[in-house]
Amino acid sequence: MSGTFVGMPAFPTAAREALADTQLRRNLAHATRTIRDKRAAVVAEVEGWEELRVAGAAVKEAALRDLATHLETLEASLVRAGATVHWARDAEEACAIVAGVARDHGADEVVKVKSMATAEIGLNEALEAEGIAAWETDLAELIVQLGDDLPSHILVPAIHRNRAEVREIFRRRMGDVGRPAPDDLTDEPSMLAGAAREHLRDKFLRAKVAVSGANFAVADTGTLVVVESEGNGRMCLTLPDVLVSVVGIEKVVATWSDLDPMLRLLPRSSTGERMNPYTSTWSGVTPGDGPQEVHVVLLDNGRTRALADDVGRQALRCIRCSACLNVCPVYERVGGHAYGSVYPGPIGAILNPLLNGVSDEQTASLPYASSLCGACFEVCPVRIDIPSVLVDQRAAVVDSHRGDRVPKPEAVVMKAAAWTFSDARRLRWAERASGVAGRVLGRFSRTTLPGGRTAAGRLPGPAAGWTGARDLPAPPPESFREWWDRTDGGHRPDDDQEGRS
Amino acid sequence: MRVALQVTCVNDAMFPDTGKAVVRLLRRLGVDVDFPQAQTCCGQPMVNTGYLDEAVPVVRTFVDAFAGYDAIVTPSGSCAGSARHQHSIVADRSGDPALVAAVAQTGPRTYELSEFLVDVLDVTDVGAYFPHRVTYHPTCHSLRMLGVGDRPQRLLEAVHGIQLVDLPNATECCGFGGTFALKNADTSVAMGADKARHVRDTGAEVLVAGDNSCLMHVGGMLSRQRAGVRVMHLAEILAATEETA
Ligand code: SF4
Repeated sequence: MSGTFVGMPAFPTAAREALADTQLRRNLAHATRTIRDKRAAVVAEVEGWEELRVAGAAVKEAALRDLATHLETLEASLVRAGATVHWARDAEEACAIVAGVARDHGADEVVKVKSMATAEIGLNEALEAEGIAAWETDLAELIVQLGDDLPSHILVPAIHRNRAEVREIFRRRMGDVGRPAPDDLTDEPSMLAGAAREHLRDKFLRAKVAVSGANFAVADTGTLVVVESEGNGRMCLTLPDVLVSVVGIEKVVATWSDLDPMLRLLPRSSTGERMNPYTSTWSGVTPGDGPQEVHVVLLDNGRTRALADDVGRQALRCIRCSACLNVCPVYERVGGHAYGSVYPGPIGAILNPLLNGVSDEQTASLPYASSLCGACFEVCPVRIDIPSVLVDQRAAVVDSHRGDRVPKPEAVVMKAAAWTFSDARRLRWAERASGVAGRVLGRFSRTTLPGGRTAAGRLPGPAAGWTGARDLPAPPPESFREWWDRTDGGHRPDDDQEGRS
Repeated sequence: MRVALQVTCVNDAMFPDTGKAVVRLLRRLGVDVDFPQAQTCCGQPMVNTGYLDEAVPVVRTFVDAFAGYDAIVTPSGSCAGSARHQHSIVADRSGDPALVAAVAQTGPRTYELSEFLVDVLDVTDVGAYFPHRVTYHPTCHSLRMLGVGDRPQRLLEAVHGIQLVDLPNATECCGFGGTFALKNADTSVAMGADKARHVRDTGAEVLVAGDNSCLMHVGGMLSRQRAGVRVMHLAEILAATEETA
């Protein structure tokens, strides 16, 4: 149960489909605006927010700089506290470890705390293939899972659904996998939450094994941290006998006090709350209290690859708050599915290529899925310069094609443009040609821009990408530099030869 | 002070009136602006599309053309941002220490028009007259990459006769984004459509911004919708006087 991103088309194609879905666009615009406004309000309350961001970035940066050391410290502290530590190079290894633990306990089902790392490795599908059912307990994850859907937001995976759709999904599917939705279920949020609570209660009480991720892993104390709003995570973390936590290696911070800026930055950036309703921390096993067997899977899955990238490594500072998604004008219009990954939006556009490389077309389209407006950098609590990383990843895409026997048309155009722009004489010549083209266009065009300038309407061929929805001003007969020459920089009187533009 | 105009490739080929307006405006303010003929482009089309090697000779042409000037003024937040923040990336990659040094010289001396007027010339009332209802769109690069702040608004507020109206959701990107407008045309158009709608909601006669590329995009949409809204570069409004009105 649940879809897969495998085989998703490249971003422009996926985006076109999403843009055609008016319901989706309405849902997204409403939801992102709501969280955006909440975030802005609570961030504005904090005096020295900028300093806090700098502190948050520094904590993560310091941890990454000495990642190997901190991970060894973490492993030692965890083991000392009674946990079993596993290392997983990739998704396959990580899934196998989790499945192995479940099998060892004869479990054919596990309850899950919402976790990006387990979504990233496709854990639910892997467990299902082993005959183990994985139940999501976060409300939005549950909606996605029951709807056989894909997540489209880091924090609110079902952001693309409205209340009526959620009610439909609950009524249709809950009965198949456990306690059915009540017959009189309406689309009132409290009713929907109540139905989910009843449905999940059975599962919490029955499950022997729980699976979680972690928002932070503190090296010196061997503590894992999960923050959440609903409390379902805390149920999973305390009720079952066995707990398996899958933790990306970049989640490590050096010391307990490093949590201070992080736990202040995260809720405000993420849910627009002053603090998280539930903050759970656990260090290994406490006899007689909570899970009596704790496993921690430290996951690489491309992270050391990203770490080796001078510009891109800052993406590993990400604390998955999703603030960048909520302010991104591209994300707001196309939603998360178009990114073809559990990490959508601006962070997804850099993280996916950094973790996986740019050899497949879908991933290679992601760094271009941005207008580089910079809104993401402005809100990022750990100051990841996403626009710069985007440009750098575009360069990685271009560089990966430098050896192609047949260059892409774009590469030919760019090389020609660079050649023209490397010498003013060549540029002058090109501008003269464009001026002539403009005059020709002017003869045929019936479109006039306000202000009197001639413009091209719908054009065929490569120009159609522009003129499908936008008029294009015809190039003026005279370029600026020609005007400068003719009038000696405006010192000689201008006559009516001046290119009207 | 030796001041050079960096007219930008888009203005040079497509919007020469913007360059002329800058020249008129600066002369009126007593600045004898020069136009180095060797200039071409800031290299941003290549850099932002990922063609960093290709950008190297373009950046070299830029720094050569503007060597020796005390200030380089450009009517584009995007190109100023490129000179100040992107040229060093290209130069570092070239491995040419002379280029690295030259870029470090020219970058900080490159000013977007409103910065030059407010910070260097220390004027906000440039003696312009423009009796129309105008709304201002702050382009992303001037807003975020450069941080020009409210300088353009202060300049516009001081224009005589102007009726300046607020643009809803002003700080949201118009969707141009250079090659983004072609590579992701559908998304770009969806963003532009919302921007155009907000512009129409203001009832303004003129949409003004500090970058012709963004204006070409939004203006192209407004024109297709027959909205009857004219787009103008900030320089053209600041250069307007009683005589030209
Ligand atoms: S990149 Fe920054 S803003 Fe985006 S999810 Fe990560 S921490 Fe949050």
